[in-house]
Amino acid sequence: MTFVYVLKRFGYFVLVVFAAATLIFLLPRLATERNPIVQRMGQTAAAAGVLSEGVQEMQKAWEAKFGLDQPLWKQYLHYIRDLATLEFGYSLAYYPAKVKDQITNALPWTIGLFGTATLISFVFGSLGGALLAWPKAPRFLQYLLPFVLTLSAVPYYLLGLVLLFLFAFTTGIFPLSGGYSIGIVPSLSLPFILDILHHSILPGLAMVLAGVGFWSLQMRGLMVMGLEENYITFAEAKGLKGIRVLFRYAIRNALLPQVTSLAITLGQMISGAILVEVVFGYPGLGTLLLKAVSGFDYNLISGIVFIIILIIAMTTFLLDLIYPLLDPRIIYRRETR
Amino acid sequence: MKDEVLRVINLRVYYHTSLGQLKAVDGVTFSINSGERFGLVGESGSGKSTLAFALMRLIKPPGYIEGGEVLLDGLDLVKISDDEIRNVRLAKIALVPQGAMNSLNPVVRIKDQIIDGMVDHVEDIPRNTLEKRVHDLLEKVGLKHEVSHKFPHELSGGMKQRVCLAIAISLNPKVIIADEPTSALDVVVQRQVMLTLDQMQKDLGVSVLLVGHDIGLMAQFVDRVGVMYAGKLVEVDSVKEALKEPLHPYTKLLITCPPSLDEKGEFKGIPGLPPLLLNPPSGCVFHPRCPQVMSRCCAEVPILNEISPGRFVACHLYNEVKI
Amino acid sequence: MNTFEKNWKGATAYFRNNPKLIAGVSIILALVLFWLIGSLIVSPARAQPISGLPDQPPSLKYLLGTDSNGRDLLAVIIVGTGLTLRIGFLAGAIGLGIAIALGFLSGYYGGFLDTIIRGVVDVLLTIPALAVLVVIAAMISGVITLNLMIIIVASLSWMLPTRTIRAQVLTMREKAYIPMAKISGMKNLEIIIKELIPNLLPYLAAGFVGATSAAVLATIGLEALGLGPQSLPTLGMTIFWAVSFSAMLRGMWWWWLPPVIIIAALFVGLFLLTAGLDEIANPKLRRVV
Repeated sequence: MTFVYVLKRFGYFVLVVFAAATLIFLLPRLATERNPIVQRMGQTAAAAGVLSEGVQEMQKAWEAKFGLDQPLWKQYLHYIRDLATLEFGYSLAYYPAKVKDQITNALPWTIGLFGTATLISFVFGSLGGALLAWPKAPRFLQYLLPFVLTLSAVPYYLLGLVLLFLFAFTTGIFPLSGGYSIGIVPSLSLPFILDILHHSILPGLAMVLAGVGFWSLQMRGLMVMGLEENYITFAEAKGLKGIRVLFRYAIRNALLPQVTSLAITLGQMISGAILVEVVFGYPGLGTLLLKAVSGFDYNLISGIVFIIILIIAMTTFLLDLIYPLLDPRIIYRRETR
Repeated sequence: MKDEVLRVINLRVYYHTSLGQLKAVDGVTFSINSGERFGLVGESGSGKSTLAFALMRLIKPPGYIEGGEVLLDGLDLVKISDDEIRNVRLAKIALVPQGAMNSLNPVVRIKDQIIDGMVDHVEDIPRNTLEKRVHDLLEKVGLKHEVSHKFPHELSGGMKQRVCLAIAISLNPKVIIADEPTSALDVVVQRQVMLTLDQMQKDLGVSVLLVGHDIGLMAQFVDRVGVMYAGKLVEVDSVKEALKEPLHPYTKLLITCPPSLDEKGEFKGIPGLPPLLLNPPSGCVFHPRCPQVMSRCCAEVPILNEISPGRFVACHLYNEVKI
Repeated sequence: MNTFEKNWKGATAYFRNNPKLIAGVSIILALVLFWLIGSLIVSPARAQPISGLPDQPPSLKYLLGTDSNGRDLLAVIIVGTGLTLRIGFLAGAIGLGIAIALGFLSGYYGGFLDTIIRGVVDVLLTIPALAVLVVIAAMISGVITLNLMIIIVASLSWMLPTRTIRAQVLTMREKAYIPMAKISGMKNLEIIIKELIPNLLPYLAAGFVGATSAAVLATIGLEALGLGPQSLPTLGMTIFWAVSFSAMLRGMWWWWLPPVIIIAALFVGLFLLTAGLDEIANPKLRRVV
């Protein structure tokens, strides 16, 4: 792995984050002339009956305090500087809590759920898909195909609703909401961890079921093409054991485009994960976002959106670094250009 | 009879397509002796590659081995179990593939691709023995030790072909099948590879079945040659006699076709097209294109007969003549 | 036969031999019919609040019961299906339009323009659409009309189809018939219309379905957070209200389950369409005749 390659990918990472930050900065300022918070504040105050001069004074005071009366480019610089320390300001819905703290509380839940569910569905989905394409695999797997096909089309959100109904509401096996039961004191004890797991299973399952379908379908397609390659024939001519041909020759090569599509669909998957959290009241970024939206908490919304984009950009960067390890031809190609 | 290492008896390989049965190999019989070089020559679609693959039981559906025997050291490769044939491949009979460009796994180092073949046949070989063997093999095919650490895309076409050669000899097989090993290479590299193959065969005394369409190449390398046409073996001869005095009309055409440096004249091809193997002509399969066709050729299928010691031909021209 | 006629004949032939395509189209058609015929049978006015007593379970009068605001849920579902379909397909069409324009500009003219467009598309693809949409939608919250929803959702559904179309235009540009057409005196625009577009049809169709799928996904996503047209009973908003009013906990399955089933059907239909169109575009995936 060359330094130049890493530098390029890092540059891309910075570019994406910057573009996102700028977009988040510019968009609302294009839609309305004044800062939406100030606008909102004015509306609320006026609705409560405060006289218009009083409202205007209030708005001016707010703007002065938060530097909103300065020229746009100055605001932008301040914004970027703040962003570097992940400082998003105060949360309106949870005032006087800061956005940073709200996000810090919710983030581990989202990463835990999303990370685990993605890992499980990718690994099992890819394996399943590979076996579906392997002529010597057990027959019953073929019957799973239409079922898996249907599941992969439906967004996680809907699957979550159905699972919630089936397993939480009607049969009561799993809890209806939350990250852990009400009344339990959070600690590092085993009962607490089990309680968390108990609450995580349904949302996780929603993502895994839909995800497994998608990954196995993709992998199967890749394997079907891959098994026609000459190196597979030669591997068999060498008298290699079946398992070795499957894993080291077939799967290993199909893994490359499979991982690429993982990087591409990350954005979509995390959006889905966020919505699943909403369904299950899971205390991650999803539920936080819902509250932010319903409370018109602009600072919180921008903060969450930025964090999500940051997570995706970082994960994509990491995958970019892993990729050359999987496919030794990548850097070779770039270097020979 | 010298000791035979491979004997093929009436081998038939048919492809079952929705349009009918395609008789890719239709009753082929020949044998190869120990240490002998046998060339299998024919145009595209003659069935020679299918035959080569069938010997190692690498035919995939919709192709099936319909019948016949392939006896290697007395063992019938057609009838043994899947596990047994896996053991036989590489250890007793090895393949040097046609497109070495794509025959090596792009994401695995050369060293590991040479080793995995050995490891899957012989248990418990210590690591340093394996590595030493890899270096020895690379030396034998004229490659430097550094090659073992590389990935296939870092090697040239000729180097990759030689790696495949190295893999083929790694377990000292009895027979090596070389399926058009040089067709994708330029002439200079072609020569290098053939020289390597030549040297190796002399050193190890292994039998080589060289499959190809270039009879000139055959002439320089093999001892005996078998000519295939439309799934049938029409002539088997020592290569010298086949060139000097070809028996079958098709062989005659094959030899006169390639332009020579001595005589300059018109470019001659063989008129007509190879037959559709779905609906082969009746009687002798070559009769529509044969310049010496007789009336019985359309009706009767000629049988491969030994008309003089070591010289076989399937043609009605020779049915009455027995030397 | 010119290119157009040849492709039409080819297309209809594959239509018959492609079960996924047929299944996909059937499902979508069924949904459209459900909406159209339903609108004739059940008056859309009943989808308004206080059409009936609130929280009624299904009965002969109200086949799907009513919600907490007294809406007749059968009417809601019918109207909602129409709304969601409209948002999806119109946004998909707009998205496709953008994709065609950008894809052609990028692929046919190449050069600096291509680099810029490609860069923008790649960066936008990395950023999750939902995130940006949430920001946009939250800004305008409260006054999201149907048309505004369509525009918002279309604005981030065009990226992947642009890439596909660009790739195809690039491939086709190199093929022989472009220089041939140029030699025979056709102008660039003429070439685009008469030669390129007919050959692009499977990809355009796939692009449309892709843009529509992305649009519907975005719609459902936004509405799940309550960021849809507030006063219109789209399917996604219906689910949102159902969840807000704790319909599931109150055992009111008739409120949230029907929209879920219809949306699921819509997604499956779109998915089958995509798979079917993939088979047409990529011959290797086709079934052997």
